[in-house]
Amino acid sequence: MSATISEQRVTAQRQTRLIAVRRRLIRLLLHMLVAGVGILFLFPWLWLVSTSLKSPEQMIAIPPRLIPDPVMWINYYYGVTYVNFPRYMANTLIVAVSVALARLVSCTVVAYALSHINWPGRRVLFALVLATMMLPVQVTIIPLFIIYSRLGWVNTFLPLTVPALFGDAFFIFLMRQFFVTIPKDLIDAARIDGASHFGIYLRIVMPLAQPALATLVAFSFIWTYNDFMGPLIYLKDRDLWTLSLGMQGFTQRYGAGGTALGAMMAAATLYTLPMILLFLAAQRTFIRGIVTTGLK
Amino acid sequence: MAGYAEASSTASRRRWGKQAQREFLAGLLFSAPWLIGLIVIIIYPMLTTLYYSFTRYDIPLEPRWIGPKNYIDLFTADRFFPKTLFNSAFLTLIGIPAQLAFALACAMLLNIKIRGQAIWRTVYILPTLMPPVALALLWRWMLNPELGLVNNALRSIGISGPLWFADPLWSKPSIILMQLWAVGAMTVIYLAALQGVPYELYEAAEIDGAGRLQRFWNITLPMISPVTLFQLITGVIWSLQFFTEAYIIGGVGSNPGAPEGSLLFYGLYLYVQGFQYLNMGYASAMAWILFVVTALVTWLLLRGLRRWTFYDVM
Repeated sequence: MSATISEQRVTAQRQTRLIAVRRRLIRLLLHMLVAGVGILFLFPWLWLVSTSLKSPEQMIAIPPRLIPDPVMWINYYYGVTYVNFPRYMANTLIVAVSVALARLVSCTVVAYALSHINWPGRRVLFALVLATMMLPVQVTIIPLFIIYSRLGWVNTFLPLTVPALFGDAFFIFLMRQFFVTIPKDLIDAARIDGASHFGIYLRIVMPLAQPALATLVAFSFIWTYNDFMGPLIYLKDRDLWTLSLGMQGFTQRYGAGGTALGAMMAAATLYTLPMILLFLAAQRTFIRGIVTTGLK
Repeated sequence: MAGYAEASSTASRRRWGKQAQREFLAGLLFSAPWLIGLIVIIIYPMLTTLYYSFTRYDIPLEPRWIGPKNYIDLFTADRFFPKTLFNSAFLTLIGIPAQLAFALACAMLLNIKIRGQAIWRTVYILPTLMPPVALALLWRWMLNPELGLVNNALRSIGISGPLWFADPLWSKPSIILMQLWAVGAMTVIYLAALQGVPYELYEAAEIDGAGRLQRFWNITLPMISPVTLFQLITGVIWSLQFFTEAYIIGGVGSNPGAPEGSLLFYGLYLYVQGFQYLNMGYASAMAWILFVVTALVTWLLLRGLRRWTFYDVM
């Protein structure tokens, strides 16, 4: 009798140990899977940086080496001088910053009208904002190009920046979603104290909305920084190009082999670097932005 | 507020009327930027595009009314147009589901509590930050048939890789592969959705003896379905307009969307017609077709969302 009990106990112990071992094995396997996929994600980055530091002979070596020897830092010099990288970076920053600042004002005032002013047009307007959010750029781009041409705006930054003054359905929606979370009581109290809508917008809503504003600025900046079609259509003069056009011009001018390839990958690295630094500096803002823009 | 006003005296009603008027004016004033923009850079250009689509408009000549000829030509006389439809449909119908599945798999991996989780999250998400032009240039080099990293890796395990972007059969799958690498934004959204699934549901299922696979099918997938639907539709809309990478890799000029027009996607062909050949009328017709398809997809989204009860847009 007692033997069976102890036998049972031993079996039970063995079973728990087995389960524990199985658990640990699964965990190990999952660790390896996460790391394995992560390494796959990392390889193109390594390849980018590695190519940017290789000599033309190393680039055609088979099998390729990941660690360049010698390290060709000179590619970075070529990368910023083959095409006028500093100029293009300056142009890109001018456009991206102006657009972000313009939207910071235009989108927030409209979002305020959609969240804290009680007026009959509100629902219709919000429906219109939602309806235009998914509008393809192509459906307005031709008449706009013709209008901007007649205004003499082709080959200036104006067609890329001025429209931001009118707001953007996507960012208005994003801001509105945040503004409605600000307690109504707060606004009402200020109203009773005789504050104007402009005063409430400026002194209550905007300061409280700082995290959302950071999201707006970051995402607006990235989209303009990355934009290719707008600059492609409006900026013909090389000196006005943004980086996206400059990178494309690189291959057109120098092809994609030999020294040009190393220089191009160096330029591509430098072009991507600000995005990565921005992400690492403001990871929370980014993640929140992606989630809210995609979800809310 | 309206009910309150009705119940009060004439004097206060007049006061409330004034108040309502002021609110209306404030509303108009605050939304003025977008209202003006709506008319000037959205509605007016849209209607003008519609008008142009019924004209022959070779800049700088004036537009000349030709009726629905552009639309008829697109579907009957243009040998590129069916190709662009096929290419865009391929990218959308295969690429988007592939992206969704891969992003979900990545999100599930990142949701496992392991050491170094924060670092792996950054690693998985980072590629989404690469600007599209840089992305296209890097992947053209990654997938270089002779010297690229991918074919070299394949060679080292005894497989001779395809020509990737240089082969009309492989060029579109190559684009999809590139998009999978940069799927991070979708992954982040899925990760947030996974974290929003109540843990009690899993516990209850585990007590009931449901296995991992069952929990995935019966809890995870249904719970995140609104997010999937949302990403599906926005993905489809973006995919229909796909342009930048196609321009960089497929190119324009006399042989657009090379090789053999296999990368001539809808957005790229519209650009070629409008801004390379300056056939503004013809490109306008393409733009309106795109608009109608997009509107249809958006309508499906809103209708679908209403059906998924626990998703509240407003």
